[in-house]
Amino acid sequence: MAVTGNEVRVLIKSDEDILAARQEGRELGVRLGFGPSDLAVIATSISELARNLLLYAKNGSIICWPINKEPRKGIVIQAEDEGPGIPDVEAVLKDGYSTSGGLGLGLPGVRRMMDEFAIVSHPGRGTTVTAIKWKE
Amino acid sequence: MSAARKVTRRPGAEGGTADVFPELVAHVRKNRTRLREEWAHRITEADMLTVMTEEEIATETTSIYDNYVNVLETGDVEAMEAYARNLSERIIPRGVETDEVIGIVLLLRDVLLRSLLEQSQCRLDLLSRMLDAFEPAARRITVTVAAGFVHERERIIRQQQDAIRELSTPVLPVREGLLILPIVGVIDPQRARQLTQQLLRGIRANRAKVVVIDITGVPSINSTVANHLVLTVEAARLLGAAAIVTGLSPEIAQTLVTIGVDLSKMNTVCDLREGIEEADRTLGFRVTRMDDSIDQEKGR
Amino acid sequence: MQVPILKQGPYLIASVQAALRDADLIALRNALTEQVGTYRSRGVIVDVTAMDVLDSFACRTLSEIASMIRLRGAQTVIVGIQPEVAFSMVQLGLKLEGVATVLDLEEGLKYMERRTKRMDHGRYGK
Repeated sequence: MAVTGNEVRVLIKSDEDILAARQEGRELGVRLGFGPSDLAVIATSISELARNLLLYAKNGSIICWPINKEPRKGIVIQAEDEGPGIPDVEAVLKDGYSTSGGLGLGLPGVRRMMDEFAIVSHPGRGTTVTAIKWKE
Repeated sequence: MSAARKVTRRPGAEGGTADVFPELVAHVRKNRTRLREEWAHRITEADMLTVMTEEEIATETTSIYDNYVNVLETGDVEAMEAYARNLSERIIPRGVETDEVIGIVLLLRDVLLRSLLEQSQCRLDLLSRMLDAFEPAARRITVTVAAGFVHERERIIRQQQDAIRELSTPVLPVREGLLILPIVGVIDPQRARQLTQQLLRGIRANRAKVVVIDITGVPSINSTVANHLVLTVEAARLLGAAAIVTGLSPEIAQTLVTIGVDLSKMNTVCDLREGIEEADRTLGFRVTRMDDSIDQEKGR
Repeated sequence: MQVPILKQGPYLIASVQAALRDADLIALRNALTEQVGTYRSRGVIVDVTAMDVLDSFACRTLSEIASMIRLRGAQTVIVGIQPEVAFSMVQLGLKLEGVATVLDLEEGLKYMERRTKRMDHGRYGK
C-alpha cells in the first residue's frame, strides 16, 4: 500500500467528532474525484466506523488517505483504537451482531459497502479496521 | 568500467551541452523551411497520415516543428503537451493510429539528426556534444506526444463506455408517476451499480411513484446481482417509489430460490404488461378502449 | 445545531438544515414527541433533504420518532432522502422498515392529507 501523502486524521472522542471525520473524509473523496454515490458510501462508512470507536473503545482515530495501485486509484479509511479488542472477529462480521444494544449493523454493513475490508484485533490492545473504496 | 564512463561523460554532458544548445536551436531555426519540408515529404513518402490533405499536413508539421524547437530551447514540454492533446483530439476521430503519430515524431527526429550530422561536418566531438544535448530532448518530446495521444484515446474510450452503459439502461417515463426500466442482456456488478444510480435519480427527476423493472431480456442472474436488485427495490421505497419486477424467467426464478435471495418484499408479476396494469392500479389510472366507451355511451 | 420545527395547520414540519450530531437528533426526537401533543398535531413530516449521511444512529432515531409519534396518536413521514444516501442506507442494512418515506415535502403533505382523511373516515364512520 503506497501512501501518497494527503492523509487526514480525526480523533474521535465525542459524537461531534463523528461529524468532523465524515466531513474530512468526504472532502478527501471529492479531491480524489469520487462521484456522489461513492461519496455517500465513504461518508456513511466513516460514520459507522467512528461510531464503533466511541461505542466499544471510548475513543480512537479515523484516518483516510489516497491509495494508488496502478491502474486503480482509491481511498483508504482506517479506524484504530486502543480499546479492549474484538475476541471473535468472525462473529462481529455477521449481520445483526451487537454487544451494545441495537447497533450491530456497522461492520458487516461497511464491509458490504466498501470494496476491501480487513480487521486486525489484539484483545486487550486494540483494533484496526481498514477499508478501501476504489474509483469506478 | 561503467564508473569510468560516467566520469568521462559527465563533464561533457554538463559543460558541453550548454554551449551547443544555442547553436543547435539556431541551426534548426535557420533551416526551418527546408527541414520542415523535408520532413513533410518523408511523411508522405512513408504513407503516413494518408487521411490528411497536403495543406493540413503542412499546417500541422509547421506547428509540431515550432513546438519541437521550443522544447529544445526551453526544455519545457508544457506547450507541446497541450498541442499534442489538441492534435490528438482532432485526428483520432479521423482514424489516425498510434504508430503513425509516433512514426512522424521519430521521422522529425531523424530529419533533425541528419541535419546535425551535416552541420557538425563530421567533427566527432562536436557531434557527440550535440547528440548529448539533442537526444534527451527528442526522447522527451516523443514520449510526450505518444502519451498525449494514448491518453486522449483512452479518454475517448472511457467516454464511449459511459455512453454505452447509459444507453444500455434507459429509464423511461411512461406516464405521470410511472417509470419503466427494461433491462436487456447480462448484468455485471458494474452495470448493476449504474442501473441503480440511473433508476434512483430517475425516480427523483420524474417524481415517480411506481417503477416497473422488466428483466425479460436478462438471461441469467447471480447472487450478487440478485441481492443488488433487492437493495435497489428497497432504496426506491426510501424515495417513495414502489417497485414491480416483471419478466423473471423460469431459470432466474429457480436460481433466486436456490441461492436463497429473499424476494418476499419484492412485488413480482408475470410480464411487463401485467406490471404496467398493476402500476396503473396503484397510481389510480384506468385504461379503457375508445370504442368501448363510445359503445357504452351509445348503449346508455 | 437545533432543528427548526414549523407548525403548518394540523402538521408539524421539522426541516433538518445540515448534518446533525447524535445529541441534536435526540433533541429533535424529544421535541417532536412533546410538541405533537402540545399542538394536537395529526402528523409529523421530517425533511432530511440536507442530510448527506443517514447512518445507523440516524435511522434508529428516525424509527424511534415514528414509533413514538404513533403512540401519541399521529402519523410520521420522512421526506427528501437523497438517491445516493438511500442506496448507502440499504447497503448498510438500514431500511427504515415500518416508516413511511416519500420523495419530498410536497409529497409529504399530500401523503399526510391522504392518511389523515382516511383516519377521519374510520373515526367518524363516514
